[in-house]
Amino acid sequence: MAQPTPPASAYDLAHKTEVESLATFALLVDNEAGVLHRVVGLFAARGYNIESLTVAETDRRAHTSRITVVTRGAPHVLDQIEAQLQKVVSVRRVQDVTRDPNGVERELALVKVRGTGGDRVEALRVSDIFRAKVIDTTSESFVFEITGAPTKIDSFVELMRPLGLVELSRTGVLSIERGPEAM
Amino acid sequence: MTDQKTATASTSVSAQTDQTLSGAEMVIRALVDQGVEVMFGYPGGAVLPIYDALFQDNETFGPRLRHILVRHEQGAAHAAEGYARSTGKPGVVLVTSGPGATNVVTGIVDALMDSIPMVVLTGQVPTHLIGTDAFQEADTVGITRSCTKHNYLVKDIRDLPRILHEAFHIATSGRPGPVLIDIPKDVQFARGRYEGPDEVIFGHGYNPRTKGDPGRIAEAARLIAGARRPIFYTGGGVINAGPEASTLLRQLAAMTGAPVTSTLMGLGAFPAADPAWLGMLGMHGTFEANNAMHDCDVMVCVGARFDDRVTGRLDAFSPGSKKIHIDIDASSINKNVRVDVGIVGDAGSVLADLIEAWKAGGHEPNRQALDDWWRQIDNWRARQCLSYRTGDKVIKPQQAIERLYALTKDRDTYITTEVGQHQMWAAQFYRFQEPNRWMTSGGLGTMGYGLPAAVGVQLAHPGSLVIDIAGEASIQMMTQELSTAVQYDLPVKVFILNNEWMGMVRQWQQLLHGERYSHSYSASLPDFVKLAEAYGAVGIRCSDPAELDAKILEMIDSPRPVIFDCRVEKSENCLPMIPSGKAHNEMILPDDARDIGSIIGESGRGLV
Repeated sequence: MAQPTPPASAYDLAHKTEVESLATFALLVDNEAGVLHRVVGLFAARGYNIESLTVAETDRRAHTSRITVVTRGAPHVLDQIEAQLQKVVSVRRVQDVTRDPNGVERELALVKVRGTGGDRVEALRVSDIFRAKVIDTTSESFVFEITGAPTKIDSFVELMRPLGLVELSRTGVLSIERGPEAM
Repeated sequence: MTDQKTATASTSVSAQTDQTLSGAEMVIRALVDQGVEVMFGYPGGAVLPIYDALFQDNETFGPRLRHILVRHEQGAAHAAEGYARSTGKPGVVLVTSGPGATNVVTGIVDALMDSIPMVVLTGQVPTHLIGTDAFQEADTVGITRSCTKHNYLVKDIRDLPRILHEAFHIATSGRPGPVLIDIPKDVQFARGRYEGPDEVIFGHGYNPRTKGDPGRIAEAARLIAGARRPIFYTGGGVINAGPEASTLLRQLAAMTGAPVTSTLMGLGAFPAADPAWLGMLGMHGTFEANNAMHDCDVMVCVGARFDDRVTGRLDAFSPGSKKIHIDIDASSINKNVRVDVGIVGDAGSVLADLIEAWKAGGHEPNRQALDDWWRQIDNWRARQCLSYRTGDKVIKPQQAIERLYALTKDRDTYITTEVGQHQMWAAQFYRFQEPNRWMTSGGLGTMGYGLPAAVGVQLAHPGSLVIDIAGEASIQMMTQELSTAVQYDLPVKVFILNNEWMGMVRQWQQLLHGERYSHSYSASLPDFVKLAEAYGAVGIRCSDPAELDAKILEMIDSPRPVIFDCRVEKSENCLPMIPSGKAHNEMILPDDARDIGSIIGESGRGLV
């Protein structure tokens, strides 16, 4: 809980005035068959949303993978999600990146823009401002690779939309904590 | 992982471990090493090697590991649950692939909801056939992933010993629950090196917390000491924590002078004969328990989870109280109801620490405030919320349970139930004095639970009196297990409150659906006396209140399994009741139950 609980009156509970917020959870899990299903199934069974999800093995010797899941909910729902994730036997560690002031979040996107003439020039100029890389080009298209916080990618995508955005592929959020400590 | 295992090769276990075992032999060996004496199962193609290993083990060592052949796999799971709840030991189930596994799912979910330690072994088609829609293939780990505490598909014989022992550890520690191991037939035939429970290295970071935070425990002691209207709200967690936890609860209640109520699952942790006992709380709980919950100023929840059957309308649940919640499952704390002091830990360990903290803090209860509190409680008790009228023509269901209690209370008795009105009447009128004596399907509400559970209980307690309090509808979901009882000379008693209706469904249709009784009448009922006789059991029928006692005694004194067809009043409602969508202090009592339908609002009708 972020703040001390107010005097316990259950009358406060059912009121739907609580503000929902995005939260990013980083999970260290045993890399075994079905582990992703355990995590995703938990979200589905309890009615939590998944906004984005990434997963890959991160330590072959220890057989661990890292799952980063972005979800949305009121503070007590987020607490409940964290507690439920911690219960899964295959989940070794859970970190709430959003509530951690040292948390860093990054995402990578591949953006295909189709156009000619002024739009094409403008797309290239904007990509330069966002420090996106051109990884493919034809006479009428670019594929940009862009990395950054999800909000930065959102802004880039919005700027590309009128310039001929035709396709978008995003990795979903990755996260890590600043400083020397490991999760 | 394999390297580590080789490195820890140990000579501590007997010479048998030097030779390789087949996977099937490892299963039997691991069960024996885990102290398993009884398992419940049903053979089939994909588990034949394990049944063969069992046969050979019994030939060599005698029946050190008994297998009880059920008549349906769901019955195996419930029998294992009954065995587990009445002993505190894990229940073990062995079934085949495909339909064997799917039939056991209901029992697995039941065990998950009620936190029952259970290890389920399922056969699977050989690994090279997995995914080919082979005969009796089902995606068992996929199907059971969300209804087990953990599950495994064993693809390599080298993993089998570790998984077998790990499964027992996970099932029995922390918040207990079902763990399933799916073993393909080729892995059962494959040979490998067996490792005992002390040799294996667990593959998971699983390490549940059992010791409560001392700071929070001290805070809880201070809160209780400052209370003017305290109450203990206890649940199945106290039973799961072992008999010591029940003893500690009794001590703490005496020290603090607070009243005690319990959930359905927690009955018996606190003796019903104690003056501080308020009876069960919740939807069919007592007037005094629910009003005390509503009006208390400090609530101590021990091993219960604020289930919707307990809280009623959440936004009106005990509005003025500080809440302390002791639970071994961190996700139970602040899940439904926000609490002031959450303590993650084993109920027994935390209760012991709480008693120490109470003594260390030199706390004394506020006697004067408590006197006022008890006076208030006595006023609620004076409403006599469980009262009912008897007559000389028809047996009232409540009367049947009260007589059953009166005639069995001085014996070594275990009670199981099915699900419905009879279950609630049993909870209200059978007065439990000790833990582990009451087996019922609480969370999932599984009709058909009681008879197989009674089979499991009777196996664990051969000399005891085991009674399944049943309804005529529920019992028909698992009647076949009477055959199991007869086969193994288990003299379980099935006490059917026969009102010819799915009584709870009928009651809700009366209350909520304008008395339109859609498909809730049990037409074409079997003759239960003849049914019992057909199975080789004893059948008894009673419809006359005057004969009730004598016939109950006849049932108790029979050395054989009995079906008792107790014909009761057909339209009796189970009261008191907190209607859906209402608060604890808005109960329907028997004496104002004239126009129940009008009490439940439109929004309540949508609830379950």
